[in-house]
Amino acid sequence: MGYALNFNLIWRHFDKLWGGLLLSLELAVISIAIGIVIGLVLAVWYVSAGRVVRGIIAAYVEFIRNVPLILLVYLVFYGVPTVVDLAYDAPTSFVLTLSVYSGAYLVEVFRSGLEAVPRGQLDAGKAIGLTPWQRLVHVRLPTMLRITLPALSNTFISLFKDTSIASVISVPELTYGAQWINFNTFRIVEVYLVTTAMYLVTGYTLLFGLRLVERRFRAAR
Amino acid sequence: MATSSNDTTALLDIAGVSKAFGSVEVLRAVSLKVDKGEVVTVIGPSGSGKTTLLRCVNFLESYDSGSIRIDGKEVGFREAGARQRRSERDLAAMRAETGMVFQSFNLFPHLTAAGNIMLGLTKVRGKSKAEARQIAEHWLGRVGLAHKAESLPAELSGGQQQRVGIARAVAMEPKILLLDEITSALDPELVGEVLAVVRSLAEDGMTMVMVTHEMAFARDASSRIVFMADGGVSAVGPPKEILAQETTNERLRSFLARFRASHF
Repeated sequence: MGYALNFNLIWRHFDKLWGGLLLSLELAVISIAIGIVIGLVLAVWYVSAGRVVRGIIAAYVEFIRNVPLILLVYLVFYGVPTVVDLAYDAPTSFVLTLSVYSGAYLVEVFRSGLEAVPRGQLDAGKAIGLTPWQRLVHVRLPTMLRITLPALSNTFISLFKDTSIASVISVPELTYGAQWINFNTFRIVEVYLVTTAMYLVTGYTLLFGLRLVERRFRAAR
Repeated sequence: MATSSNDTTALLDIAGVSKAFGSVEVLRAVSLKVDKGEVVTVIGPSGSGKTTLLRCVNFLESYDSGSIRIDGKEVGFREAGARQRRSERDLAAMRAETGMVFQSFNLFPHLTAAGNIMLGLTKVRGKSKAEARQIAEHWLGRVGLAHKAESLPAELSGGQQQRVGIARAVAMEPKILLLDEITSALDPELVGEVLAVVRSLAEDGMTMVMVTHEMAFARDASSRIVFMADGGVSAVGPPKEILAQETTNERLRSFLARFRASHF
């Protein structure tokens, strides 16, 4: 074999990885933020809607969950602009895709959380004269949030890792940076070792932060 | 204390209320009038419709026919024309006039004891935070929990939670207080502290309708007892009269016999 590890070339191009990581985080944060809005609105709509709306929302969720993300990314970046007169750059295209993708997963998380809020709490909200909107904001959502936090954390971490797929449409995030260094230095083992470590450390840091938030909320239960 | 309710100015006027869940009739033309300041306890075997009746009074449950009026105002349906459910906004406003205490407490788990009481005061009654806080502290004091204002429901015993539940309901200054088996989920040694609070509210003149299995309490603290069986009112009157009817009312006799067998 005789493959000698040499990280010098990696460090020389480390800005590609560091800049990539920051972009990965940015893509994840924006997409998750939009996904949360989509998920919350649709979940609240779902639990109070009739059959037709429920059917449409369920179809959206099922469609997204059964199609590989990479396919959606290609579809939105290459497919959509050829059919309709729309122009967007690769990062925007990816954020769009991941938002819709994360929205579908978050609808499910929020919906099950909303349905898990005990009936009695809603009765109590009614009994003191809260309007439906007030019951949602002051009773149902706070309890739902506590119930869903663990599942939410897992979904966030998973979505952060999904940003690596943006590399297939040349968005210069972390995985793309790794590929670039690999193609230009052929230090394949070193570059993917370092990249893996970077995903790992970032993922764990996120998880640790989210667990702190969970603990804070659980204490306030 | 009023014992007869034939006048037309009853605070709560339930007239011919019927309700069915599918093919099961849970309420059969139930009529009952409650005057201001009365404490009416509702007893009866499980499945007799007691809780459903109570939940119809603040329209947590709808009913199929009949009418329920509080202070002359129809609770769940619009006054004029065809039987039409009130808007959610109207219903919320109507419900704010009745207080309810639940068997399973149903405190808001994310809010402190004080926060539970303040929510309705600020959001429904439009009071300032400071004012709501003062009212909350007053009522927590009344139920003996002044020192627990900052405790979350999970940090309180069942009896304490239920006392917060009562404080949350009465702080809204309802016209009538509905109590739905409020001691049934409590350990026996915690029942007394909750009933003591209810007694003191009765002494203040609070109008109450209370579904309960606490026979001694019903006998000693209520102006009238309603005995329900099979979705209807089987007997109603002052405690002495009701207990005297045991010899003539077959259903009441078997209920009380079974009750005694299981409780003593």
